[in-house]
Amino acid sequence: MERAVDKTGIKIGMWIFLYSEIILFGGLFVLYAVYFHNFPGDFAVAGEELNRLFGTLNTVVLLVSSFTVAASITAVQRRRTGQAVGLLLFSLGCGLVFLINKYFEWGAKFEHGLYPNSDRLFEADPGFAIFFGLYYTITGLHGLHVIIGMVLLTVSLVMVLRGRVDHQRYALLENSGLYWHLVDLIWIYVFPLFYLVL
Amino acid sequence: MTTHPESGGTPAAVPSFFEASSPPGQTGIKAWLLTHDHKRLALMYLWAVFFWLVLALLLGLALRVELMFIGETIMPAEIYNTVFTLHGVIMIFLFVIPAIPAIFGNFFLPIQIGADDVFFPRLNLFSWYLYMIGGAFAIVSLFTGDGFADTGWTFYVPFSVTTETNVSLTVTAAFILGMSSLLTGLNFVTTVHRMRVKNMGWMQVPLFTWSLYATAWVQILATPVVSITLVLVVLERFLNIGLFDPDRGGDPLLYQHLFWMYSHPAVYIMILPGMGVISEIIPVFSRKAIFGYKGIVVSSLAIAIAGSLVWAHHMYTSGMSDVSVFVFSLLTFIVAIPSAIKVFSWVSTMYKGSILMTPPLLLALIFIYLFSVGGLTGLVLGAAGTDIHVHDTQFVVAHFHFTMFGGTGFAFFAALHFWWPKMFGVMYHFGRAYLGASLAAIGFIFHYVPMFILGMQGMPRRYYDYLPQFETGNFLAGFGGFLLVFGIMLMFVNLWMSLIDRWRQPAEADPWGGTTLEWAVPSPPPVHNFLQEPRVLDYPYDFSEVLARAAAKDKKD
Repeated sequence: MERAVDKTGIKIGMWIFLYSEIILFGGLFVLYAVYFHNFPGDFAVAGEELNRLFGTLNTVVLLVSSFTVAASITAVQRRRTGQAVGLLLFSLGCGLVFLINKYFEWGAKFEHGLYPNSDRLFEADPGFAIFFGLYYTITGLHGLHVIIGMVLLTVSLVMVLRGRVDHQRYALLENSGLYWHLVDLIWIYVFPLFYLVL
Repeated sequence: MTTHPESGGTPAAVPSFFEASSPPGQTGIKAWLLTHDHKRLALMYLWAVFFWLVLALLLGLALRVELMFIGETIMPAEIYNTVFTLHGVIMIFLFVIPAIPAIFGNFFLPIQIGADDVFFPRLNLFSWYLYMIGGAFAIVSLFTGDGFADTGWTFYVPFSVTTETNVSLTVTAAFILGMSSLLTGLNFVTTVHRMRVKNMGWMQVPLFTWSLYATAWVQILATPVVSITLVLVVLERFLNIGLFDPDRGGDPLLYQHLFWMYSHPAVYIMILPGMGVISEIIPVFSRKAIFGYKGIVVSSLAIAIAGSLVWAHHMYTSGMSDVSVFVFSLLTFIVAIPSAIKVFSWVSTMYKGSILMTPPLLLALIFIYLFSVGGLTGLVLGAAGTDIHVHDTQFVVAHFHFTMFGGTGFAFFAALHFWWPKMFGVMYHFGRAYLGASLAAIGFIFHYVPMFILGMQGMPRRYYDYLPQFETGNFLAGFGGFLLVFGIMLMFVNLWMSLIDRWRQPAEADPWGGTTLEWAVPSPPPVHNFLQEPRVLDYPYDFSEVLARAAAKDKKD
């Protein structure tokens, strides 16, 4: 029995999965809320250590890439394969820029002796250490999701090039795009919590 | 015995799913390891689950043998700690949570709603591989590092962060298994929404499928929380962040909250499919529409919702505020209502039914009895006052074994006996099945009732040794354990014997006189389940045709 491709069903499955990812980060945000409530002063001091320039740059990079991913789906729907490939390559480049940025940001923190188990954090106030514990956990897990998202986009790119994703069957690309938007969405919460409100 | 009109009485005309592979063209071992067919995957789960169940049963028996006499009996204390952790981890993550959804859900959910497969067949295969990888990790963590975790299956901090044993790998195994169960849930929800036959409305969906649907939502909603908690345990072990370490400003209570946020809903993931199985068995053998179909549907959903709000009743003695204790105690009592609705519905269904006694029905009745005891003793633990007296004693052990083993375990055995003829196309020996089930039930009561008493007398759980006044109870419990394991082995051997050619007895398409769609297809079913468009009854438990056929047959005789 051949059955027609049920696009709605495929999207339902993906949305449920995305929900589970949000809850995964939700647990960490709950921890952030509790410890922010317990140590507001320490958090404010620790927040000063973060570089807003890095954070803002990364936010812009992710937002732009989210747009280009969405545009690539439209391009595929309009049968403009070349355009779609270009947009996907650009999005992947944005992901790479994000990770490079993150590398330099973490590197700078490490130079200041701010890394898990470092002497500086061990002697610091409890809230200060917990802030950086959460910082590395949340941004680390988010970075991992950026990498997973880039893998998904690469797979979609290959499928577009091979003609396996076209104007009729683009569920894979659309779902990879949704995943990329999720990565973006989570960052939209991470960014103010760590860089702006403190 | 009756035949379903749609089966046409010609099961041999079409090759069964054993003979035809999906995707087509694959042969030998590849036809199984790369299959997309939900029925083959169900059987692959079945063998894996059997392996884990038997292993964990024997580990549990070893624990009780150790406790039969004061002092060291068969193992030293450190081994005892690892064995009870291993027993718990295997039973929870590899048997009780996945067993019924992964085996019977995979096999029968698509058939019951008239679909030819689950919505994401390849994802289904992937879930199976995750299950196997998770199990493999659990085994690897036994033999690497400093041995298997000795924390108990809850991995409570700070012990799980400081102990030298191989907690990281064990926790990773649990993480992967959680992922597998989440993806199965995701698959089921999508399948139920998108693949029901067009003329089947929500109130015509069989109750087993309904219970799996409710379970799937709990899996999806709760599993990510435990995933992140387990990730944090690993991070704490490697990076020493201090999120749960009070010395460094962290809060160990937060760990317990995050852990039970999932793991309490998980006990409803464990019991709801079991309740679904019983809701199928009772009406079939009472030849009577189930009492309060809608009540059972709604109570499944109510259990799923209310069950997600009661996690902190594991933490009355941990130092939460009194207000939290009160609120969680109240919510816990509320969960008892939908559970009771189900029990009363099952009993009312049998009232004035024309009951046909069979092994699945006997096991279902044992389920109702044992689960009721488990549920009622749950109220003792849900009330904060009495809980403080028996907290972390053998009473708790007896309570959750009554619900999870007497409940889910016996529902699993009942499902095996109920659907075995459909899955393999063979009928098993009734006498041995009755004997095995009865021995298991008697052994079960002998095994766990002494633990209730020990708990009330004050014997803590997980202790390696005890005071002389606890010896009689522990001895009796160990004795009952042997009877229990013997009874279960007898059931399994009986089922296994039915597959051997010498004793093979082919089963009819509808040996019990069931009305749901799985009884309308040949036993075992063909690859795409249905030979013609399935006929959906207006009401899934309408036995008038079954009774009319039986009456006509009686007249002829």
